[in-house]
Amino acid sequence: MTTTTLPPGKKTEPVSAPPGGISDRSRAERRLGWMLAGPAFVIMLLVTAYPIVQAVYYSLFNYRLTDPQNRSFIGLGNYGVILTDALWWQAVAVTVFITVVTVVVELILGFALALVMSKALQSLRPVLRAAILIPYAVITVVSAFSWQFAFSITTGFVNKWFAWLPGIGADTDWFGDKWTSLLVICLAEIWKTTPFISLLLLAGLAQVPDVLQEAAMVDGATWWQRMWRVTIPNMKAAIMVALLFRSLDAFRIFDSIYIMTAGANGTESVSFLAYRQTISRVEIGLGSAVSVLLFLCVMGIAFGFIKGFRIDLSQARGER
Amino acid sequence: MSTREKTWWWIAGALILLYCLFPIAWIISLSFKGPADIANGQFLPSSPTGENYSTILTGTASDLFLPALRNSFGICLIATFISCILAMFAAYAIARLDFPGKKLILSTALVVAIFPVISIVTPLFNLWRQIGLYDTWLGLIIPYLSLTLPISIWTMSAFFREIPWEMEQAAQVDGATTWQAFRKVIVPLAAPGVFTTAIIAFFIAWNDFAYGISLTSTSAARPVPAALGLFSGASQFVDPTGSIAAAAVIVTIPVVVLVLIFQRRIVAGLTNGAVKG
Repeated sequence: MTTTTLPPGKKTEPVSAPPGGISDRSRAERRLGWMLAGPAFVIMLLVTAYPIVQAVYYSLFNYRLTDPQNRSFIGLGNYGVILTDALWWQAVAVTVFITVVTVVVELILGFALALVMSKALQSLRPVLRAAILIPYAVITVVSAFSWQFAFSITTGFVNKWFAWLPGIGADTDWFGDKWTSLLVICLAEIWKTTPFISLLLLAGLAQVPDVLQEAAMVDGATWWQRMWRVTIPNMKAAIMVALLFRSLDAFRIFDSIYIMTAGANGTESVSFLAYRQTISRVEIGLGSAVSVLLFLCVMGIAFGFIKGFRIDLSQARGER
Repeated sequence: MSTREKTWWWIAGALILLYCLFPIAWIISLSFKGPADIANGQFLPSSPTGENYSTILTGTASDLFLPALRNSFGICLIATFISCILAMFAAYAIARLDFPGKKLILSTALVVAIFPVISIVTPLFNLWRQIGLYDTWLGLIIPYLSLTLPISIWTMSAFFREIPWEMEQAAQVDGATTWQAFRKVIVPLAAPGVFTTAIIAFFIAWNDFAYGISLTSTSAARPVPAALGLFSGASQFVDPTGSIAAAAVIVTIPVVVLVLIFQRRIVAGLTNGAVKG
């Protein structure tokens, strides 16, 4: 039967294409869709796909900006140089260390913040929500300076305030050693990005049905049991999204390291290594190869997460 | 709720406030320390002075800081504006129209959002030098689109999905074309979402450091974060700490004001895009 139906029906179920091609209407819609979304799509591709292809190309050459005459094709030679260099593996280790430490601490701290915010008194909630956005909005460079100056041996107050702790005195040089530098870098990162995680988790908390909590309470579950058996399983999606975005973000760490240590004492991250090769040493070939490897690492992490995320989703669905 | 419990919530709230504001308070306090106070090992200055502010606004550091401030505002506003316009059309199409490739656009946005900035910087550094975009406003606006466009598309499509689209149909029944319905009915309804997206995109552009430090070399285009990073190496002042602190406070004020005014919307924007997206 061919009758003109009212729009609501058309909206809810996907239009099954009539045999022998699509209707004029859906063709027009298709064209309008691409006309509207096309420019954004093309620009996104231009500003990322094009440079990365270019980087792959440069990475196959021995190419120094100050010495363009001696540019020569060396195939995967640059990758060989990098992957056998201790500097690269040290940068990878530092980056992984920072990523794991910050993301784990942020997840726990962010969850605690989200719990307090969700339960906080009505009068306190707007104040907390505004305050928690401040670290998010502060420029990373500013936050890095703030933490650096606080721990610095000349301008800082930390040494004086915590002199009563063993191992800390007026002459403790936090930026003189690899692990203490990394500690301060992690602190700054955690301070700046925990609010973002806690906001995502807060949104996830709001999606946990109250009835489940009440049922568990009636059944005599303790607070701890309710947390692990009801709340966390029900907000798995929000936790995974927060984890994914933060891990990828943490793995790209650059700003804080540049400001606080500039890679001194073995605190170089992968991003900083790529920057130093390309911009400071103008080794376009080597720097491009590091960039490509960094890109592959990030894509690998994302892929791993999304694979894992899907499994989690289907599990959650199976349980229901 | 018992008084005892209430007290605990107040303490927890106060701790969160302290956590959020402490490093900001520290940098503000530092910015009011004079040369004699900088290394006093105290949190607060013993005799507050506005010296650092005059150094960066009218004094020796002003030719490093003021152009950077102008560049940052100009570049970030233009990049935000362009990406919001483009994202607005894209998000409308994604939220409203039925066309193949919708998923492709959203996944592309996701991939671009997680793209490591440094991987783009390397080839751009070389390319920009060849075509003369190195150290220009345009040379930063283009890469900033890679930061602001994806999040704008995600956030805005999340907002647009919540819009009561029956209004558009009503307009179409009254004889408006799709385009007219979009412009006359949906744009006013969508304005809050677009505005929120603009704020978030602006934050992201304003926060950029990697592009700023790599693709500029003079005050012709260098944005504030990059200029701050170079303060420490500059020889024109004795101890840059106070000047950096003062400059940091000045660039932090606009974002904190924006946050305090629009906090409710920003929270909705940040979480909508990521959780429901």
